[in-house]
Amino acid sequence: MKTFPVIAGALMATAAQAETLTVYTYDSFTSEWGPGPAVEAAFEAECGCDLEFVAVGDGAELLSRLKLEGARTKADVVLGLDTNLTAAAEATGLFAPHGVTGDWTLPVDWADATFVPYDWGYFAFVYDNTKVSNPPKSFAELADSDLSIVIQDPRSSTPGLGLLLWVKSVYGDKAGEAWASLNDQVVTVTKGWSEAYGMFLEGEADMVLSYTTSPAYHLIAEEDASKSAAAFSEGHYMQIEVAGKIASTDVPELADQFLAFVGSDAFQSIIPTTNWMYPAVTPAAGLPDGFSTLIQPEKALIVPAAKADAVRDAALTEWLAASAK
Amino acid sequence: MTRTTTLGALALGVVVCLTLGTLVAVAWRAEGAGGFGPADWAAIRFTLWQAALSAALSVALAVPVARALARRRFPGRGILITLLGAPFILPVIVAVLGLLAVFGRAGILSQALIWAGLEPVSIYGWHGVIIAHVFFNLPLATRLILQGWLAIPAERFRLAASLGFAPSDIFRVFERPMLREVVPGALLVIFLICLTSFAVALALGGGPRATTVELAIYQAFRFDFDLGKAALLALVQFAMGAGAALIAFRVAIPGGMGGGLDRAVTRWDGGGWLVVQDVLCIGLAALFLVLPLSMIVARGVPELMSLPGSVIEAAGLSIVVSLSSALLCLSLALPIAALAVRRGSALVEGVGYLTIAASPLVIGTGLFVVVFPIMDPFALALPVTALVNAAMALPFALRALTPALAGIETNFGPLADQLGLAGWARFRRLWLPRLRRPLGFSGGLAAALSMGDLGVITMFADPQTATLPLQMYRLMGAYRMDDAAAAGLLLLSLSLVIFWIFDRGGRVDADA
Repeated sequence: MKTFPVIAGALMATAAQAETLTVYTYDSFTSEWGPGPAVEAAFEAECGCDLEFVAVGDGAELLSRLKLEGARTKADVVLGLDTNLTAAAEATGLFAPHGVTGDWTLPVDWADATFVPYDWGYFAFVYDNTKVSNPPKSFAELADSDLSIVIQDPRSSTPGLGLLLWVKSVYGDKAGEAWASLNDQVVTVTKGWSEAYGMFLEGEADMVLSYTTSPAYHLIAEEDASKSAAAFSEGHYMQIEVAGKIASTDVPELADQFLAFVGSDAFQSIIPTTNWMYPAVTPAAGLPDGFSTLIQPEKALIVPAAKADAVRDAALTEWLAASAK
Repeated sequence: MTRTTTLGALALGVVVCLTLGTLVAVAWRAEGAGGFGPADWAAIRFTLWQAALSAALSVALAVPVARALARRRFPGRGILITLLGAPFILPVIVAVLGLLAVFGRAGILSQALIWAGLEPVSIYGWHGVIIAHVFFNLPLATRLILQGWLAIPAERFRLAASLGFAPSDIFRVFERPMLREVVPGALLVIFLICLTSFAVALALGGGPRATTVELAIYQAFRFDFDLGKAALLALVQFAMGAGAALIAFRVAIPGGMGGGLDRAVTRWDGGGWLVVQDVLCIGLAALFLVLPLSMIVARGVPELMSLPGSVIEAAGLSIVVSLSSALLCLSLALPIAALAVRRGSALVEGVGYLTIAASPLVIGTGLFVVVFPIMDPFALALPVTALVNAAMALPFALRALTPALAGIETNFGPLADQLGLAGWARFRRLWLPRLRRPLGFSGGLAAALSMGDLGVITMFADPQTATLPLQMYRLMGAYRMDDAAAAGLLLLSLSLVIFWIFDRGGRVDADA
């Protein structure tokens, strides 16, 4: 959800000489119910600075925004890219190494010197189990069903890009044909995750591309067990979300401090019940209760970060060709 | 004399730089860009066929509505015809929100269908784009065609009645020839308008299936930061616009904004079931136009008092942008009109009309390419928006000002010359008082169009800057539909009020 706490934050900053750390992120991160407010309060208490979140659409738009702004960018830290974009982001030359060592509890080993992971999850189609009684168990079943879905544009949204690579990982050379049959289900392609999830909740579609962890939000925050994620037999694509420091920042120490904070328990314990993802370091208190009810994919799929850019380009061409018809 | 030439040349220079200059910048940047992929060709095809279909549907539906309005007189007819002019200054994004409330899957039409045991409809995709275009252009087409009908002299109908013409005879003898004259122009105007459709496709297109070239330019720019691709698409967009505009100039275009349409010719035909048909046509058209806007009002009013601060801030920016745009537009239009009248030059006026073929996103791309190496383009978001909006309103301003100024010069020019009334004095003593009406009208139009514009601002805005239409679009993106409706209501009111103030201002003190 796009809120603009930025302006309010700037107005309330009474200590005029306090340094400001500007963090570009995606819009749902800064929403009232997202991690933004809690992270801001926790970090500002630690740094004695002013943390300013700037919401820039969805994750993939963050990267194009940076390319547009180039070295002139006002961002000190960018939070919200994922491993599908890290190679392309690094190629811009705008990022600096982080030097953070964390006790990551990620399902993969982490050795990226430029980006700090902050959470991870599996993409999945989420549906209302009071309306959809027989959810699809694979892409093929979804394509054969009469269920409508909302997806996100892979050019602007990291879930959209995740789906693109998910389909590519499952279907390989046949991905174009798979899209051609899946497209009958697609009501619309939104710019970002927030739009799509909002449309799903308003009843504009039967299913929405989101995460296996999304039902936990409804379960824990709303005590509503009506949302489920459909388990696909082909496996689920994994997303690891990352943050990185902009090389041209005028507050490098503050940026380093923030990235170290990202790996700390204070930050990580906020993530599960605000960003509704698995934390990159399991908090001391463990995961919240509702998380044990979530589906566990039989198989995790991911394209290695180094290859993601090339695979993305090929998959994007196929998707555009299939979807433009 | 010389001042007219200098100022006129200066204004023409600005227009040429904005249209052809940006095009050159874009073309220079497009060099080395790869060719088009299938999605780009799809966008070009979609742009052309949706514009053609939108034009055909709007005109086809407008014919019976215009005929009904020409044939009937009823209380509120004048207001209805005036209202048909309103979509012209209606912010696109407001209309889109209203159409969603009616035709969306959660909208009232779908609710009715579900209630009747049928499948709900979805507005996303090409049909949503077409519905929105018909919503905007059905009223325009109706007004254009109605003018054709009202231009048929009353005496003809009198004669037809005395000869005992059936409705089919009237159609054959009067209406068909009239339509053959009026319809091509109406089709072309609407085709041209739909060719540059951006905000509608952005909000309702639903992905690559329904992407216009304008939207593809935005995507190449914002999603891929592929300036070469954006530039190449911009060239295609300009070529399509220029082609359609050239054809349009060759076809007689009926005047679009004329007043005094309320004179109903006395008619003796059209009794019986034709009454039912006419009532249905007028009723359905009015419902189609009024319902979406009523939904905005109904949903927006309760939230109006609790609008987020960001919306108020955006409204303030929009007012500034819109007033600047009106001022800029008049500062361009007056010198061009003066030069055109002084020189009697159709070429001068023709250059002023260049922006009809230009597209805001093409100009935006060009300005970005030019500005980027020198300074931060995002710092210029608001000035660029005001300038591009002014350029887009220029043809309408010229159309209002040039004939009026020509009339003044014909009637009072020789006397003013004898009196030695020249330069600033001539402008202040002779032109200004007599140009108040067209100045007020075109200033109001420029201000209202700028107020509602959601185009070039989407390219240049940084996350913390937004005009009211952009802020409203962002609220829609966050699915805060109640807030969006309230912002839409505010936007709609501001557009209408700012037009009214200008237009009214032009009429104060006017000779009775």
